[in-house]
Amino acid sequence: MTMTSKFSVLVLGGALLCGSLVATLAADKAVEPKKAAETKPTVETKKAETPPPQKVATAVVDAYLKSTFGRAPPEWQARIEPDESMKVCNATRNQPSHAEADKIMASELKRVEFPADGKFLGDWKEGAKIANNGRGGQFSDDDKTVNGGNCYACHQMEKAEVSFGTLGPSLTNYGRDRKYDAAEIKQAYTKIYNSQAVIACSNMPRFGTNKFLSEQQIKDVMAFLFDPESPVNK
Amino acid sequence: MRFAAIGSALVAVALCAMPLKSQAQDASEKEIERYRAMISDPMSNPGFLAVDRGEILWSEKRGTKNVSLEGCDLGLGAGKLEGAFAKLPRYFKDADKVMDLEQRLLWCMQTVQGLDTKDVVARRFSGPGKASDMEDLVAYIANKSSGMKIDVQLSHPKELEMAAVGEELFHRRGGVMDFACSTCHGSEGKRIRLQALPDLSKPGKEPQDTMASWPTYRVSQGALRTMQHRLWDCYRQQRWPVPDYGSDGITALTVYLNKMAQGGEIAVPSIKR
Repeated sequence: MTMTSKFSVLVLGGALLCGSLVATLAADKAVEPKKAAETKPTVETKKAETPPPQKVATAVVDAYLKSTFGRAPPEWQARIEPDESMKVCNATRNQPSHAEADKIMASELKRVEFPADGKFLGDWKEGAKIANNGRGGQFSDDDKTVNGGNCYACHQMEKAEVSFGTLGPSLTNYGRDRKYDAAEIKQAYTKIYNSQAVIACSNMPRFGTNKFLSEQQIKDVMAFLFDPESPVNK
Repeated sequence: MRFAAIGSALVAVALCAMPLKSQAQDASEKEIERYRAMISDPMSNPGFLAVDRGEILWSEKRGTKNVSLEGCDLGLGAGKLEGAFAKLPRYFKDADKVMDLEQRLLWCMQTVQGLDTKDVVARRFSGPGKASDMEDLVAYIANKSSGMKIDVQLSHPKELEMAAVGEELFHRRGGVMDFACSTCHGSEGKRIRLQALPDLSKPGKEPQDTMASWPTYRVSQGALRTMQHRLWDCYRQQRWPVPDYGSDGITALTVYLNKMAQGGEIAVPSIKR
């Protein structure tokens, strides 16, 4: 054994130790408070101060919206008509009261359609593609565009992908950290289908309820998170 | 072989030195920084070609009245360009309206020059083989405020209304993804993929650096782009409907963003990815 190779073996050992330390720390960080059934209404309270009072009448804002987007196709204009939940999120700048949050979560939960076949997990390889695809829903897209979940825009997922955003929490080891638990699987499906059913005024899109992703696409993304073979859990 | 072994040893040591941050990610961030520094050299900024073209357009006689834009008042008096952009958008008594630079230029073309702006609006954003008078004029006029500070105008009630509406629009969620401007630009230190996101929800250096660097030459698009284009592109990525060019909502957002950016030192045209 030459000196160099002895040295690299030593360092490799050290790196492995470090690596496992990193993984442990990351895993600790990634685990969120558990099961919605047990938790009180969760509200994203990043800022403690209350939102400033609206200084201008809603009718005035609406008039500006009309003059700015009023020439877009009607079906596009309909997309920025806030529903009851979004009205509350807009009015409170995403800081609803506990009562408002309860109401949003209850009504949005009713808008979640669970798979008729009872299966939550599809193909993780397809899910990986959907997580990486940021296309769809833009006025520059044509009708052949396949919508993507664009998960990496906001979340870390498989460790090999270094181009990930930080607007949402890291989802590395998502399934493994949750021991592939059935309740966790249902909860994650709910969250992807309609984030507002889990966290009122969450920043995350309502992929299923807003008909952005199909049921099969959501199942595939679910498998990317929960399949033990998925690189997310490796 | 030996080098490779030493190399991997160094990588391993580096990994140990910063266990909490992905080393690959750090390397990508450094690489992006290096790229930004490289393209920031003003001597190699093609945006200044737009400035030169804009200077010619400004003094060119056009329209039914066959006059140049030199009779156009951008807020400091007809033909006065130095510092005008730093105080835009602002309220104009003659139009009884708050206007940003692009709205005001269209107004001047129509009113001062008697120019049918249909073609100018059709070419609002340049593309391959399609020059944009608006982009060139904005580059020229904004450059005349370089080195000055953003001085948001909030004395007229209509300017105050614009700022308040702009703030509401900034936080307004909608579209198939329920996104608002604030979804991405509402807190500090966030990234979308590897792109750092400025926090534009409160006054400070981030909005100053952002607003003081538009118009900019976009390397990825090979074109000089204005704030109207930036916000149009934001709404596209936000999955909102297409906003009208030169519409009041865009101007309202610009007033609000300049309010956050008050005092930022203008350096334009800049150059960006």
